Amino acid sequence: MAATATLDLSGTAQVPFTRLVRVELRKSYDTRAGFWLLVSILGVVGLVLAIFTIIIAVQSEPVLLGDFVVLAAYMTSFLLPILAIMLVTTEWSQRSGLVTFSLEPRRSRVVVAKMVVGVILTLVTLVAAFVMGVLCTAVCEIVNPALTGWEIAATDLAGFTVTQTLAMLGGFALATLLLNTPAAIVLFVVYRYVLPGLFAAGNALIGWFDELSPWLDFQAAQGDIYEWELSGTEEWAHLVVSGLLWLGLPLGIGLWRILRAELK
Amino acid sequence: MPAGSPCGRVDAMITVERLTRKYGAFTAVDDVSFVAQPGRVTGFLGPNGAGKTTTMRVMVGLTPATSGRATIGGHLYRDIPNPGRHVGVLLDASAQHAGRTGREILTLGAQTMGLPASRVDEMLDLVSLSPTEAKRRLRNYSLGMKQRLGIAHALLGDPSVLILDEPANGLDPAGIRWMRGLLKGYADRGGTVLLSSHLLNEVELIADEMILIGHGRIVAQGNKEQLLADVDHKVTNVTALDNAALAQALQAKGLAVTQAGTGLRVEAAPVDVGRTAAENAIVLTDLRSADGGLEDLFLELTSDTQRDDVPQGAPA
Repeated sequence: MAATATLDLSGTAQVPFTRLVRVELRKSYDTRAGFWLLVSILGVVGLVLAIFTIIIAVQSEPVLLGDFVVLAAYMTSFLLPILAIMLVTTEWSQRSGLVTFSLEPRRSRVVVAKMVVGVILTLVTLVAAFVMGVLCTAVCEIVNPALTGWEIAATDLAGFTVTQTLAMLGGFALATLLLNTPAAIVLFVVYRYVLPGLFAAGNALIGWFDELSPWLDFQAAQGDIYEWELSGTEEWAHLVVSGLLWLGLPLGIGLWRILRAELK
Repeated sequence: MPAGSPCGRVDAMITVERLTRKYGAFTAVDDVSFVAQPGRVTGFLGPNGAGKTTTMRVMVGLTPATSGRATIGGHLYRDIPNPGRHVGVLLDASAQHAGRTGREILTLGAQTMGLPASRVDEMLDLVSLSPTEAKRRLRNYSLGMKQRLGIAHALLGDPSVLILDEPANGLDPAGIRWMRGLLKGYADRGGTVLLSSHLLNEVELIADEMILIGHGRIVAQGNKEQLLADVDHKVTNVTALDNAALAQALQAKGLAVTQAGTGLRVEAAPVDVGRTAAENAIVLTDLRSADGGLEDLFLELTSDTQRDDVPQGAPA
């Protein structure tokens, strides 16, 4: 520490992006709240799969590994966005953003690091869900070998991964937009569960609406990814346009807001 | 370090230039300029809501400036790579996830800055947080413990500049003395320290240089001697058996006299007032300097920004 009036920055490199990701990943499980959220997600998926397995075994129903994956996806599509919301909003609700953004003033790098953490946690969850699906199928195989099938299409798994990641990103985008945990969760629930009903009602009641709604309904557009049957320019166009509306727009405004926001 | 004007030196580490921050019609920081030099502790002093915190937040890029700028070592904070290695910041010791342990908070900082885990233990040791305390979660910390942890966090990256907002808040007297020693030693080794406080005594004891802010404006700056020399009106409170006669005698000498409580307030040194009384054979029952040093200066300079009126005739 020489008594010079300038800071010599030549020997200091920018914080590497991988390090930001590692720190953000650690922050997702180093508190009780974060740790138990992750445990609960796996717990809920495991519990529902176990109940489903028992029902199948007792009722002697035919079942495929793919069925378990679909069931798991149904739950993670709700739980992963909440995880993504928490990754963003806790910096504001706990005010830890003050330190986070003091240590990395280039805020967009932190936001992207958090997004990468969201993707990592999504993949971990999906792998865990898949392993649980395999275990449940194995149980059914033992109980009812004749009725149990191991068929699962690679495209199903790809569709599962992509739709779950998009669901997570949906929560993430709304979180950056609102920077508030309860508000982001409420808006996500509306988007996820209320909006499809409104679209359906609109399609049924308003003549011209079914022309417009495919361009607006991101979740319907994703249905084709899940089936991995996205074909034709029109379907891709629906996906891109509705995706820009529900992911791109909130994320863009949210990022703009985070970059300008005063951290209190 | 030569004494003299605090402005315009070439060796300023922190330079704040004409900084203004407005919130709608409210101006939190109004055209503030000052410097903090290496090897010195600069105290940033002002009543609650004077704009100290806002100024410091602008320095580290958490609040955008409306106009003007603040540089550290010639750089804007946001242009400093891995800033924790150069500038230690403590703005609010409570602004951490309440569910994290003290050790975990320091570990996250150390990892971000790319420091070995051993640095966390060194810092815990430095601020006297025991291993058991370090394992507790922040929500169970007292304010004093949070401050110690915050100071440890600011020092993690072995920075050459420290920016601390109210670091002594919540520390017990022993803790304040400890912090004083720590920061003095840090400045003696060439570090630059800028710390804010609303408590004059605290800053008076630790700071080499003081910047007084009130209502978002700098009202005075310099070391203690300069501050007192600048505004050294000799004022005396005096009470005599015959106040009227004394007032007449003082006014005859051309001194300004005003009624103050049961006595008089004279703009002259006590010795001159006493001499006048002796010459006129007036019996004095009370004679003392109304010049209360820095505290009076502080209150006077920031008077229009104080929330509470200073009681009239308060002991000097």
